[in-house]
Amino acid sequence: MAKYKMHILVCGGTGCKSSNSPQIIENFKKQLEEKNLSNDVQVIKTGCFGFCEQGPIVKIMPDNTFYTRVKPEDVERIINEHIIKGRKVPDLLYTNPENKEHVSDSKHMDFYKKQIRIALRNCGFIDPENIDECISRGGYEALGKCLSEMTPEQVIAEMKASGLRGRGGAGFPTGLKWELCAKNKADQKYVICNADEGDPGAFMDRSILEGDPNSIIEAMAICGYAIGATKGLIYIRAEYPLAIDRLKIAISQAREYGLLGTDILGSGFDFDIELRYGAGAFVCGEETALIHSMEGMRGEPTLKPPFPAVSGYMGKPSNVNNVETFANVPVIITKGAQWFSSIGTEKSKGTKVFALAGQINNVGLIEVPMGITLREIIYEIGGGIKGGRKFKAVQTGGPSGGCLTEKHLDTPIDYESLMAAGSMMGSGGMVVMDETSCMVAIAKFYLEFTCEESCGKCTPCRVGNKRMCEILDKITKGNGTMKDIEDLRNLAAVIKDTALCGLGQTSPNPVLSTMDNFMDEYIEHVQDKKCRAGVCKSLMSYVIDKEACIGCGKCAKGCPADAISKTDYIAPGHKLPSMVIDSEKCIKCGACISGCKFGAISVK
Amino acid sequence: MTKVKSLAELKAMREKLQNSLDVREKSENPDSLVQVKVAMATCGIAAGAKQVMEHMMEKAEALKIPCVFTQTGCMGYCHAEPTIEVKVPGRDPLVFGHVDNNRADEILTKYVQNNELVEGIIPVNYATIDK
Repeated sequence: MAKYKMHILVCGGTGCKSSNSPQIIENFKKQLEEKNLSNDVQVIKTGCFGFCEQGPIVKIMPDNTFYTRVKPEDVERIINEHIIKGRKVPDLLYTNPENKEHVSDSKHMDFYKKQIRIALRNCGFIDPENIDECISRGGYEALGKCLSEMTPEQVIAEMKASGLRGRGGAGFPTGLKWELCAKNKADQKYVICNADEGDPGAFMDRSILEGDPNSIIEAMAICGYAIGATKGLIYIRAEYPLAIDRLKIAISQAREYGLLGTDILGSGFDFDIELRYGAGAFVCGEETALIHSMEGMRGEPTLKPPFPAVSGYMGKPSNVNNVETFANVPVIITKGAQWFSSIGTEKSKGTKVFALAGQINNVGLIEVPMGITLREIIYEIGGGIKGGRKFKAVQTGGPSGGCLTEKHLDTPIDYESLMAAGSMMGSGGMVVMDETSCMVAIAKFYLEFTCEESCGKCTPCRVGNKRMCEILDKITKGNGTMKDIEDLRNLAAVIKDTALCGLGQTSPNPVLSTMDNFMDEYIEHVQDKKCRAGVCKSLMSYVIDKEACIGCGKCAKGCPADAISKTDYIAPGHKLPSMVIDSEKCIKCGACISGCKFGAISVK
Repeated sequence: MTKVKSLAELKAMREKLQNSLDVREKSENPDSLVQVKVAMATCGIAAGAKQVMEHMMEKAEALKIPCVFTQTGCMGYCHAEPTIEVKVPGRDPLVFGHVDNNRADEILTKYVQNNELVEGIIPVNYATIDK
């Protein structure tokens, strides 16, 4: 085998892939070939590095150089300068936004400084389509350890001691879940991996599957051994084609090595995994709905109990865990529960992966220890708010979560503290908002999502959310009354109490938390008919300053609604009468503002 | 592919495969390893730096010295190519000139392993902008 002196790691995650990273890889391979360097330099397509804001990312080892926003045409320069002559290409390095200095390695970037990568340990480091790279990082050894040195009871005890909790949202203790399923006797049990990541803005599960699919396969086999199941199923949405491809490759490679199949590692334990595709319905992330969808029925939730641990897929005991939860399992087995539980807070152990999005400088995927504060995430890792604007709120937990504000910035994040602050961990989407976001419109956005995704089985969710959404729409259009705000609260309480599944019960959360934290904005919309963020179009009016208007009439010519006309007033120093906008006719398109050269038109 | 039949076999496989990821593993923590920088500008390459680097990498592996090898640009010692800079953790970096295979071996066995000085040291007598 050739001994490569240099490795070029190119991000092959969905984000970088769509900004042309396959072309970058191809250019590297072709040009290295041409320059007779392909025996010295290896090009590896990896999973996501997390710093999606700066993608496509190319990392050169052993110099540990981190190139950002690389374009296919930059490849030639990187080869000529860096690979051949050992000189870094400065303009492709990351620039520290504060002092404008180039930073060449990821260790010195604020984005990576506070991160601890457990679930993402191999993402951006190995080639996810080559099981050998995973094995050389200790992959499948946790499974080997379980099979040859531990009893199923010991595996469960270790999981319980680790304090790992479900990373899909609710935070149920994983070890306990396994124990409940292990206790039920049956001729067949199932291990199910929930890869139906549905929260808007969350993409950690996809990135793990794309970057390190073998870790999930290994963890599912460990779970199978612990609970006494020989079959594993991964429920993944068809909208994740790259993750599906890489899982398929990983499964077939694991089978070839005998790490899936019969008599795994000579232990007598059998386990195999199949994929099941979902159509991308939010409700199918709920475990009972997910199981029904896998059985070929409508993806609708059913009442618990019976829990899947008693009667799940095909009526057999089943254990459902989320992708990120599984990704933690092999590390816990290898490094021990004690090590894992030393990270995090009292009740929330380990790390959490967050998808950082919204009005923030460093958009991307981060893995941080539980107990970190929002301030650290937003201002240190995230690099602060875009354009130096003011922070307003951060939405966590997706459509089931809520908004946290300035006063929560220093709260250590864990399952309990987020719950206490009126939000939740959820799957880890984190949308940062600044003063240009209208909180009523945000609440409406999430409710629209819930209305769209409601399976329709129970009335509170199907009808209740629809009504709430209508009221919010009314408020954003300036027709709301104080009674509407009261109605929202009542409806929310009823839906919370009576909806069938977890998704329905949590769907009013975005409304409740914005009402708790931003009541003044609701009241402003209702009483003053004003949207301070300037988002709700119906509440804005375009006004011409009659003193500044020179009466050129350009705005009137550009107005598609014929809403602008001449007045009788001629401002001092001007020759023509100034213009005026008829707010009844105005459609708020903004064409007049962009046309006015004298800054006479403004939005109020 | 042959099947892996036991945990021991899996571990043996990892040992064998680990080598191929070495470059990546090591560069995450270069400060705790012996860092060798090989001047690889045109003149260095012409003087045989590439071949010496290859030889040295093999030798370091055989001696089980954890090293990270990087190529750098011209160091300016045109009279003494190939030149390499060796930084052993806890010691100041040293530059060696006229490095051929024999001298490379010497550097590894004498200087790196036993802290004995060997022929070919180029005294560094310039200031850098960092200090």
